[in-house]
Amino acid sequence: MDPMAEIKASFFVECSELLESLEEGLLQVQGGDTDPETVNAVFRAVHSIKGGAGAFGLDDLVHFAHRFETVLDEVRSDRLAIDADAVLLFLKSADSLSDLVAAARDETPVDEAKNAVVIAELETLMPGGGDTDEATADADQDLDFAPMTLSLDLPAIDSQVDADIGEVTDEAAATTPVWAICFTTEKGLNQSGNEPLFLMRALAELGPVTAICDTSDLPSLKLLDPSQTNLHWDLTLSADTSQTDIEEVFEFAQGLCTLAITKKTSDQSTPDTADLEALPVLPDLPALPDLPAPSVNEYAPAQPAAENTAPESPKPPAPTPTKAAPVAATVRVDLERIDRLVNLVGELVINQAMLSQSLSAQNLTSNTTISTGLDEFQQLTRDIQDSVMAIRAQPVKPLFQRMSRIVREAAHDTHKKVRLVLEGEATEIDKTVIERLADPLTHMIRNAVDHGLETPEKREQSGKEPEGTIHLRATHRSGRVVIEIQDNGAGINRERVLSIAQSKGLVPTDAVLSDAEIDNLLFMPGFSTATEISNLSGRGVGMDVVKRAIQSLGGRISIQSTPGHGSTFSISLPLTLAVLDGMVIEVSEQTMVVPLSSIVETLTLADAEIQTLDQGTQVVHIRGKFVPLLDLAVEFGYRAPNVIPEDAVVLFISAEDGEPYALVVDTIHEQRQVVIKGLADSYGYVPGVAAATILGDGKIALILDPVDLIARAGSPDTPTALSMAG
Amino acid sequence: MNVLAVDDSRTIRNMVTLALTQAGITSQVAEDGVHGLEVLSQMAPDAIITDINMPRMDGFEFIQEVRKQDAYQGIPILVLTTESAQDMKLRARQAGATGWIVKPFDPAKLVGALRMVTGG
Amino acid sequence: MTHDPTDASNSDLELLAFRVGEQEYSVDIMKVREIRGWSPATSLPHAPDYVRGVINLRGAVLPIVDLSARLGMDPIKATSRNVIIVMQLETQTLGVLVDAVSDILTLQKSDIQPPPELANGKANSFISGLTIVEDRMIRVIDLAGVLPETGQAAA
Repeated sequence: MDPMAEIKASFFVECSELLESLEEGLLQVQGGDTDPETVNAVFRAVHSIKGGAGAFGLDDLVHFAHRFETVLDEVRSDRLAIDADAVLLFLKSADSLSDLVAAARDETPVDEAKNAVVIAELETLMPGGGDTDEATADADQDLDFAPMTLSLDLPAIDSQVDADIGEVTDEAAATTPVWAICFTTEKGLNQSGNEPLFLMRALAELGPVTAICDTSDLPSLKLLDPSQTNLHWDLTLSADTSQTDIEEVFEFAQGLCTLAITKKTSDQSTPDTADLEALPVLPDLPALPDLPAPSVNEYAPAQPAAENTAPESPKPPAPTPTKAAPVAATVRVDLERIDRLVNLVGELVINQAMLSQSLSAQNLTSNTTISTGLDEFQQLTRDIQDSVMAIRAQPVKPLFQRMSRIVREAAHDTHKKVRLVLEGEATEIDKTVIERLADPLTHMIRNAVDHGLETPEKREQSGKEPEGTIHLRATHRSGRVVIEIQDNGAGINRERVLSIAQSKGLVPTDAVLSDAEIDNLLFMPGFSTATEISNLSGRGVGMDVVKRAIQSLGGRISIQSTPGHGSTFSISLPLTLAVLDGMVIEVSEQTMVVPLSSIVETLTLADAEIQTLDQGTQVVHIRGKFVPLLDLAVEFGYRAPNVIPEDAVVLFISAEDGEPYALVVDTIHEQRQVVIKGLADSYGYVPGVAAATILGDGKIALILDPVDLIARAGSPDTPTALSMAG
Repeated sequence: MNVLAVDDSRTIRNMVTLALTQAGITSQVAEDGVHGLEVLSQMAPDAIITDINMPRMDGFEFIQEVRKQDAYQGIPILVLTTESAQDMKLRARQAGATGWIVKPFDPAKLVGALRMVTGG
Repeated sequence: MTHDPTDASNSDLELLAFRVGEQEYSVDIMKVREIRGWSPATSLPHAPDYVRGVINLRGAVLPIVDLSARLGMDPIKATSRNVIIVMQLETQTLGVLVDAVSDILTLQKSDIQPPPELANGKANSFISGLTIVEDRMIRVIDLAGVLPETGQAAA
């Protein structure tokens, strides 16, 4: 690939990182962070985007970034104080910047009108109402006229450059002009790393130079201060060039030397002088501090250097040049390679299990060398698996931060005041899962703002804060990742939901539903239609779509709601390529795996007493309590009810809310670690089943989803609204 | 010629490296002033290019620290920045910079400037 | 059948022909990944009767569809003599259980006729065309219709 194209691609990657830290910094400021370094980081993010964008000629982006950066510069230099509204404006600007980056990357058109509005708002913040920026911009233009360095083309006949400053270009036709240049070094020239010799060499690139050094000002050796060379040269240059070009050569030496340039042609007697020292706006240089170097504190970024930088002057906390920890080395890897590695490791675990099984079948594992070896092998495999999983696992933070913007926009569109609180952003999820979570999460957050939260007026009427809060949190819980979206809004209006469902024929009109069942109606396909279209871009966002998306990830979603107080949506996701500790069981000649984490206790049937209640529901009477019975074979349709073998085993499993159930299986084989193979991609959703695994004998065994099993208990073949949801 | 380039933007680092490599100049990069000092201790550059706005230690401080070292008192240091305001140049000068390059930079000019300040 | 080599729409088509019951069917060979013998599948609870279950295909989970049942005929009594055709569809890999593989046919697109109207509306939705080779009528199957309708997340 063309190196520049590669760098450009990498630039866009860098932009997303910069935009992330920009948003983060602004949110911190919004949250009350007053550390100047935070504002600096915000400034730098925009500054870096501008810098890179300029290199690729992304003018719209550069233009916007420049305006944004200018305002931020005022803030970080303490020339502009900001309030909550200003921070909101900055956040909005960050969003616009993000859009511009995306437009530049995807080569799609930009919304110029919208950007112009934001820019105008930014400029009203500028001290002096934006004029300053124009003036500075003009000043910049002037200073920019001289290209920074000498072009490598030899004897410059640069009449174009001359035209810029309207220099008198009365070049006499035939003779090469001769220039007399008096060059005197001043204190500090050498310290700046500039070498008179090199300067003169550069001059010589314009044309032949003769130099006469006048050392008459040199003090005696005793008094000689090596830092002040006090050397003077009379240089003569024959070149068809311009004064600008000559000044260019000495540009870096500005202020560190005295330069007098006169042009001498054979028939011109009036010299055309310019004195480099008399550059506009250049204040008198304060005396350079003596070596060794001046105190570091004087150069704290927040202080304009033109001020008198006496060490005692008050300054913001200076960045101390501590030996910070070495920057973590990172490597960029193709996701495909990681995926391949992940799959291979999965195979490794299966293979290791198969090996163990074959060896034990041959009765070889009683040999301690072999069994020790196998144990070590298993441990190593587990360690490798953990490491590999960690590679693909990423914090949810960037995903969550994107939600900040969604909330901002949704709140703005619905005229509500909303605050988003993020928790557990460092929680890690497999990268592929994160990507597929983005859409469902966006839907739910928008819904929370649009339907969950009330308008500020309504909230105040109910005695609530006008600003609604949405908590977005991620945690690891019993081997799964749980993401919760909790709002403190009005909760689900159950009457309305029920009547809508009834009017759509989703539920029989005489049905009596529990609160939880009504809540789950939201997930039914066909529940949301035109009547539910919200203000948000006219889209009716169906929760059934969200639910299917979550299920396709092998996850679950559930709702809890309290009228008047708010609702909480919980998403529970598996950690992909996980190793599950499971109990291998058999039911009706099918081998299956029950996650160990959901088994509370095991009993033989003899110990457990089965009783049948009135409606035919069976319960297990144990230790004085009655626990509902789930005949796994019946639940899965393998067998007719009431044909439980005598030596069956009862596993006490619990749902997420802790209610125990008694799961009856035929036999327990062993406790084992198994590799989870998802079914979602290869087949789809199977009721009561979480995933599959490959056992030591190469056969596929299904892994139970106890929670789903319990949820569907009792009505496996009646796809009513009630059992389908959840 | 061997050059140390310090800039917190990965894109700029890539571009500087590309420009230098194409001109036959070897280079090493660093992400900020602190990192720059570390890398400096591992190499012996003929010149340094540095950005101004960087986290942990900005360009000005970095230049100062570099100049404190005997070996690098007089090393040519070019400041690479998007700001071209006069007071920026002044600060750069005060910090001990040899010269400056404004971003977006023309690779030929960057190389030209380096050649001039290193005399070859 | 005239054949114009410059006519792109009349390009060569290679079909894998196989038997299900008394009839012959075929699929685009480009979609066939491999052919393997039958091994017992782990059944999926609550799956439609034409989904036999899943098998282990070198570490991946492969769902198996009984084509006979899917076409509305009697389920195949699978033995080791039966064959599973592993097909690669757009987003899915699927194993189709058939009686036996019969042939590989090279045809022109123009050799395929549109399917006839059948009384059994069900079978129609899978048959995308018909062709006659040596007096045998071979139905060309459209894979999309063969997929189990349930369980596929629309997300």
